[in-house]
Amino acid sequence: MAQALTRAMRDAMAEDPTVHVMGEDVGTLGGVFRITDGLAKEFGEERCTDTPLAEAGILGAAVGMAMYGLRPVVEMQFDAFAYPAFEQLISHVAKMRNRTRGAMPLPITIRVPYGGGIGGVEHHCDSSEAYYVATPGLHVVTPATVEDAYGLLRASIASDDPVVFLEPKRLYWSKADWRPEAPAAVPGIGKALVRRTGTSATLITYGPSLPVCLEAAEAAREEGWDLEVVDLRSLVPFDEDTVVESVRRTGRAVVVHEAGGFGGPGAEIAARVTERCFHHLEAPVLRVTGFDIPYPPPMLEKHHLPGVDRILDTVARLQWEN
Amino acid sequence: MTVQELPGAGASHRSPQPPAWSPRTDAAPLLPDPEPYRVLGTEAADRLDPELMRRCYAELVRGRRYNAQATALTKQGRLAVYPSTVGQEACEIAAALVLEDQDWLFPSYRDTLAAVARGLDPVQALTLLRGDWHTGYDPREHRIAPLSTPLATQLPHAVGLAHAARLRGDDVVALAMVGDGGTSEGDFHEALNFAAVWQAPVVFLVQNNGFAISVPLAKQTAAPTLAHKAVGYGMPGRLVDGNDIAAMHEVLSEAVRRARAGGGPTLIEAVTYRMEAHTNADDATRYRGDAEVEAWKAHDPVELLERELTARGIIDEAAIQAVRDDAEAMAAALREGMNADPVVDPMDLFAHVYAEQTDRLREQAAMLREELEAEDQA
Ligand SMILES: Cc1ncc(C[n+]2csc(CCOP(=O)(O)OP(=O)(O)O)c2C)c(N)n1
Repeated sequence: MAQALTRAMRDAMAEDPTVHVMGEDVGTLGGVFRITDGLAKEFGEERCTDTPLAEAGILGAAVGMAMYGLRPVVEMQFDAFAYPAFEQLISHVAKMRNRTRGAMPLPITIRVPYGGGIGGVEHHCDSSEAYYVATPGLHVVTPATVEDAYGLLRASIASDDPVVFLEPKRLYWSKADWRPEAPAAVPGIGKALVRRTGTSATLITYGPSLPVCLEAAEAAREEGWDLEVVDLRSLVPFDEDTVVESVRRTGRAVVVHEAGGFGGPGAEIAARVTERCFHHLEAPVLRVTGFDIPYPPPMLEKHHLPGVDRILDTVARLQWEN
Repeated sequence: MTVQELPGAGASHRSPQPPAWSPRTDAAPLLPDPEPYRVLGTEAADRLDPELMRRCYAELVRGRRYNAQATALTKQGRLAVYPSTVGQEACEIAAALVLEDQDWLFPSYRDTLAAVARGLDPVQALTLLRGDWHTGYDPREHRIAPLSTPLATQLPHAVGLAHAARLRGDDVVALAMVGDGGTSEGDFHEALNFAAVWQAPVVFLVQNNGFAISVPLAKQTAAPTLAHKAVGYGMPGRLVDGNDIAAMHEVLSEAVRRARAGGGPTLIEAVTYRMEAHTNADDATRYRGDAEVEAWKAHDPVELLERELTARGIIDEAAIQAVRDDAEAMAAALREGMNADPVVDPMDLFAHVYAEQTDRLREQAAMLREELEAEDQA
């Protein structure tokens, strides 16, 4: 996935001279995850810039650059280190189009490596998506596959609106049969995808939890469950129709994500599914989420992260007899 | 026994010297003169450009009238709120006058007068404060960023824009305005640091008007002056009398010239005073005494210039009257513009959130439309 992301930026920069990559350590080092590897060398330090270490300053400067017609792609080093930039994000990035009645859109892509499962110490593993999805004016997308990493990042950079691009850290090293010579068609922002068809229930998920859900779906076969898995890919906009269509068919749904459950995206999704599928539902919409705790230390994270067993236990409850 | 003779003493036991280190710049040229720079009433006034000063005078008088009119409009309920710049007109106007057409102004919520002096229609400039919409103009058309309410957050935008313009080879300078309280914000620091590291063509203008709402400067900073802060970033700091428009114009022009020539950013602290309350909602008597306000009255920016120009024969009674008439006409036009009820379209609520409306917003827009139609029928 890391390579696909790099390739997406490289192709975007080659095609469009207004695309500028900036952030901490993105130049010479290629980013702490090496996602911007080689960009400074190929396009020069003016197009791939090591900025001073200041997240609000980075995003604030990106606002000004976008006001002048550039398309900044900002790297936030880690989920929890993006927080200093929240004021810029919420008060300016998300609102500029609205404040100016459409006169000044801000085409900024904010790449945020997020989520846990990599044994990182504290402040390196937050699932911060709930903060972003609660902010009108932002698009929020998160790829779970190598192809989507490429396609969604291209679509984000091409978008005339700001996009928070959440990169599931633990999938950076996932490999897949992806040939960079023939990148897949851009899926576009706001389109969910049925990753696995099934008939007994729908697992609704995104980002780092997709592989876990697919694994759970395989395991569930032994229990006699044929699970459908929907990958949201985009949290804002939320592709309600794809989800609703699936749940109406299967009659049962579980939302799975790493972020805490209270006020997490799953709460919103469950509410919407309930509103639109009420007469099709055989059981309440359930959720499997991270606990409502600060991200735990590495040795304990396996107890926090939704795993196959917890998903299967929840799926079992969908019979709703007891 | 001397130290050298002590057992264990001697060169071989000394720790190695650290690698040579020296500061990258000599700080002295960056340091502000601690006395605010003045022109009016000094010998420097001998070299005033009469034409420029007549223009400044006309703008000052208009600015004063604009402030009075806007404040009156709050009393009539035509403006939701107005942060007055009475006493600070010289800063506002000089900021607008030193910029070329292609340059950008980054105002704070207080700086509508600077936007008006740059040529923006006063009604458009007051859209935010009137509550009609957030920004009443196209920022690109006027090269005026939207008025920024979150303090100091507009400063990094100015840096980014100036940097982008330079990358594109365009001759553009950004001038960003902030209050004394705003200099305590993290965004102030980050913007100055970025600007200096990038050598961006930016001028930072701090209007030190004595207070951040109720908090005096002494509780805001322990720095000798706000202009001193520049040194830590590696840019020059200048201290100037913010009520002296000739001094303001000169210092700002010089900083703009420097930025345009590739010399990087400058931090300018204008020492001025907010004569009125923070906004019409504030009670200034709670935190300051009349004596202080009276002392500043004697240093009024309009009177300072009027006295100087009259003494030098640059303006006379007739010219003053003509300027006042012009200001009166501006105020009448502003009154008229503000007295017309703004036309607001409720469906605008959903129009400019995203380039393409989401299903979610379409649904909510439909709900509102139904509500409006029901109201119409009732
Ligand atoms: C980030 C932020 N915090 C608080 C406020 C509320 N507030 C509005 S104006 C003001 C005082 C600003 O003082 P100063 O920067 O000196 O500017 P002045 O009002 O004197 O022009 C405060 C605290 C705000 N607008 N933004």
